[in-house]
Amino acid sequence: MTGVAPYSSDDAGPPPSRYGDYRSTALRAPSQPRVQAPQTLTETTGPGGVWDRMMGSALADLTTQHGGVPIGQRIIVSGRVLDDRGRPVPDTVMEIWQANAAGRYIHARDQWDAPIDPNFTGAGRVVTDADGRYRFVTVRPGAYPWGNHHNAWRPAHIHLSLLGPAFATRLVTQLYFPDDPLIEIDPIANAVPMPYRQRMVSRFDLATTEPNHALGYLFDVVLKGRMQTPFEDDHHD
Amino acid sequence: MTDPADRQPDARQDNQDPALFGQTPSQTVGPFFHYGLPWKGGADLVGKSDMGARPDLFAEEHWVLNLSAPTGTPVGEVITVAGRVLDAEGVPVADSMVEIWQANASGRYRSVDDARDDVPIDPHFIGFGRAATDAEGVYRFRTIMPGRVPGPGGTMQAPHLALSLFGRGLINRLATRVYFGGLPGNDEDPVLACVPAARRATLIAEPRGEGEWWLDLHLGGPAETVFFAL
Ligand SMILES: [Fe+3]
Repeated sequence: MTGVAPYSSDDAGPPPSRYGDYRSTALRAPSQPRVQAPQTLTETTGPGGVWDRMMGSALADLTTQHGGVPIGQRIIVSGRVLDDRGRPVPDTVMEIWQANAAGRYIHARDQWDAPIDPNFTGAGRVVTDADGRYRFVTVRPGAYPWGNHHNAWRPAHIHLSLLGPAFATRLVTQLYFPDDPLIEIDPIANAVPMPYRQRMVSRFDLATTEPNHALGYLFDVVLKGRMQTPFEDDHHD
Repeated sequence: MTDPADRQPDARQDNQDPALFGQTPSQTVGPFFHYGLPWKGGADLVGKSDMGARPDLFAEEHWVLNLSAPTGTPVGEVITVAGRVLDAEGVPVADSMVEIWQANASGRYRSVDDARDDVPIDPHFIGFGRAATDAEGVYRFRTIMPGRVPGPGGTMQAPHLALSLFGRGLINRLATRVYFGGLPGNDEDPVLACVPAARRATLIAEPRGEGEWWLDLHLGGPAETVFFAL
């Protein structure tokens, strides 16, 4: 029987599940400590190489999904998916969703007074190449108000969802933009202590920027990594 | 003087700063993920249906996600696994999302990291599913009863699903497992054995009619579900 090499546990950066300033955590964050158990094949495996069959083809350009061009600043977001030892994570899926340039989601529950853009949905999906690289084209999302407290505004952000190679590496995060003053007063971003919060702030990059086309931003996503290679732990049967 | 085309902005302390390199922190999925994550059929691991999606929450012309495209019928006992997601006061959580990952009927994972070639892969079964909870806070998957999978030190795990829970107010993904009440192996399962006996029932689905298993997921309160550190 094959033993398994576990994935690393949380490093110093992750936020707590309960964070008073983010009010929705009060009745939703578990109170009991998480139970420690050995990682097994269940935790160290995950679907791979079946993305098209499972989720369909890539949606790497969010600006060409409808009859016209969406309003807003066109941007390119690019980077790598790595593990926490710096090794690339190839052939892994990144799912993307976001508000439009005015800060409005194409969602029935988002009813604030900003315009819908009929040419922008805000959903995308890319798969990393052999070097862990990904790239997608979208418009820069706007900030939007939310009901957490008086005059609360979320900083502009893109939601990102990654499966990685295993159940243990599942991650949902948010990409923020440089020099946004809303980040430092946002309860959701602030749940992540400094300086680790800055891991979620993308970098404007001239090399990714394309002349007469789009501004470029770099953002690497770092997942938990294998602590060692698999080993044989016993040889019965 | 530097040519303007060669000038670069000053480096910030940001995602690209080598001094900050490490795991990307988790953030909530928020309340508006329904047009971006749960695809039609994502919760149906057996056949073709719309299970798992919430197209009622946005206009049809903004459905850009693909539909599931099953290649055939997987081997094994078809089951439904369902339950409510409830907050610490027992109120259903209608804006959460549940994912499952499981072995096929023979106990093999569809993954390059499960190298046990003596256990067959099912070409028609992947084992990953995703469901948005409905307006009553209910998640529902149609899948195959998983086979048993080895655990550490020569043990065998009982049939189980790995389950992830996401939602507004959940900064971190919550990881748990679903076992099946009365099935062989629960008493010797090496992961269940790590759970205090008084809390094990929070991980064990109970049969409810033909082929249906039910397990409520409690985010808090006296019956709080056991969540695992990963
Ligand atoms: Fe958002």
